[in-house]
Amino acid sequence: MNIVVCISSVPDTTSKINFTENNTKFDSNGIQFVINPNDEFGLTKAMVLKEALAGTVKVITVGDATTEPIIRKTLAIGADSAVRINKAATDSYTTALEIANYLKENPADLIIAGKESLDYNGGAVPAMIAEMLDLPFVNACNGLEIVGTNAKISREIDGGKENLSSSLPLVIGGQKGLVEESALRIPNMRGIMQARSKPLEVIEATTTEDLTTSISFEKPAEKGACKLVDADNVAELVRLLHNEAKVI
Amino acid sequence: MSVLVYTESWDGSFRKSTFEAASYASETAKLLGTEVVAISLGEVSNDELTKLGNYGVSKVVSCCTIEKGDSQAATNAIAKTANNASILIFSNTNTAKMIAPRLSAKLKAGIVSNVITLSESASPLKVKRQAFSSKAIELATVNTATAILAIAPNSFKLIETGGNCTIEEDLTNEKGAITIEGKETASGKISISEAEIVVSAGRGLKGPENWGMIEELAELLGAATACSKPVSDIGWRPHGEHVGQTGKAVAADLYFAIGISGAIQHLAGINSSKVIVAINTDPEAPFFKAADYGIVGDAFEVVPKLIEEIKQLRA
Ligand SMILES: Cc1cc2nc3c(=O)[nH]c(=O)nc-3n(C[C@H](O)[C@H](O)[C@H](O)COP(=O)(O)OP(=O)(O)OC[C@H]3O[C@@H](n4cnc5c(N)ncnc54)[C@H](O)[C@@H]3O)c2cc1C
Ligand SMILES: Nc1ncnc2c1ncn2[C@@H]1O[C@H](COP(=O)(O)O)[C@@H](O)[C@H]1O
Repeated sequence: MNIVVCISSVPDTTSKINFTENNTKFDSNGIQFVINPNDEFGLTKAMVLKEALAGTVKVITVGDATTEPIIRKTLAIGADSAVRINKAATDSYTTALEIANYLKENPADLIIAGKESLDYNGGAVPAMIAEMLDLPFVNACNGLEIVGTNAKISREIDGGKENLSSSLPLVIGGQKGLVEESALRIPNMRGIMQARSKPLEVIEATTTEDLTTSISFEKPAEKGACKLVDADNVAELVRLLHNEAKVI
Repeated sequence: MSVLVYTESWDGSFRKSTFEAASYASETAKLLGTEVVAISLGEVSNDELTKLGNYGVSKVVSCCTIEKGDSQAATNAIAKTANNASILIFSNTNTAKMIAPRLSAKLKAGIVSNVITLSESASPLKVKRQAFSSKAIELATVNTATAILAIAPNSFKLIETGGNCTIEEDLTNEKGAITIEGKETASGKISISEAEIVVSAGRGLKGPENWGMIEELAELLGAATACSKPVSDIGWRPHGEHVGQTGKAVAADLYFAIGISGAIQHLAGINSSKVIVAINTDPEAPFFKAADYGIVGDAFEVVPKLIEEIKQLRA
């Protein structure tokens, strides 16, 4: 069972989001980057599957050298090897194409990505990889079991879940539920030491043609001050919601 | 040239987000001076399909044998119908997120997801989208001749045109490697991502046995119920109710935050809601900074009164 986990690095969830160069670029100054939370679930799931079924876990990222600490972290958590495609990710399509091109040469049985990255929230890369490789794909995957060459999968849908089955190879967009949150693995001392000698291959990017371009960013309008209503006067709140905000 | 809209159905019915996508498509078609063609996957009755006419669709292609959960089959079917379209519109649902990016790769058509505005011009197509979990708005442009836009649910209003649409059946039988075995859903629940009103509660409620009043308030308002992350983590509420940066995104007209502190990760998932009401015992709770209205008080006293007052208003 050869598993590839696609990892994106994103600003830590408590980060204050700011922009530079006339609001055209994300300001990474002082930002702590972390493994995209959806990918953390995928990485732990990959480790669990590897331990149960034997095989390898390789992580892949499209990013410049600044993403290496995150890659080392995934190796410390337990991935066997890593590939970095040397390109700052700017567009879902080219990111997916870089990964798909690599996977055409180095096929995997299972490709785990996250349902979306918490920075650009594109939710696009995994489905694109699947299309480029002509593989089945399940998004918002919150349960996965491998039985021989088949997968039993559940995905989140509004108000519940849908159960599916598929042959392998398969691409999933994982999320919470793939493993219990309490089971998420974090690096330990031994892992960190081992990670130093695990292979991290850097490949030059080949794609150039972005299908979309980010022009600029703005922050959502600031809220005005909160109107406080006395706890003894709930009727006033209802009146405001009805007459002023007109939402009930 | 036309605008194509993917119209998602569940159990044979369209949802509000489907009609939002159709409305958006119809406004976009005006910009291009063209018409809207819809594509529907799975079994949907003619009565239901006809409803799309009222949202500006002039023709609907119904592929009743295609399962939307089989993204390979769905993508192939849509690509076939899309050959003439210059813009493809989706609502950004979990299912559409399996199909729209696949189409983008297949057709080499740039995709923008989480779209919250119409483009001001047809060429270049420039739209605003939500990014950084609603902490920022990004202006993005598509560089290809064909564009795919996935619009954020509840960010675009329904526009009824009173029009009619024709129905064309397409019996193509595509099948990918996925088999859909079935689903497990709680019936009668209102979907959090589409709901106009969401009543959400946090750890301040102390235990799962106290959610009766939350459900009562929600039912009274025709609202969905939601919760903070720790509440679903401890198992007080189902996982599907967890909203926030790592849970569902809410863009409701009205969001009640009851006994929720207002941590940045929670706010990231809900701050595109239009009106926010916070109810919290702690006057320093961060939620009051994000809210439009607030009551500093005990949820166990305030919520029952709120229910009574709303009943009176309705009476
Ligand atoms: C990587 C990461 C991702 C995260 N993602 C999310 C996410 O997606 N969604 C999310 O919600 N959280 C998320 N969190 C957790 C988040 O940081 C907070 O811990 C969480 O939102 C707190 O939940 P809470 O407000 O219900 O509980 P608490 O922080 O315990 O707050 C309870 C609140 O209830 C009030 N209260 C107590 N008693 C009463 C009463 N009787 N009446 C009224 N009010 C009362 C208290 O004053 C307090 O403000 C994430 C955290 C991390 C690290
Ligand atoms: N630069 C990247 N390198 C590797 N994987 C990525 C990259 N960007 C996105 N992904 C994967 O695709 C998923 C969805 O990302 P996105 O489409 O950007 O929302 C992420 O959770 C990752 O698994």
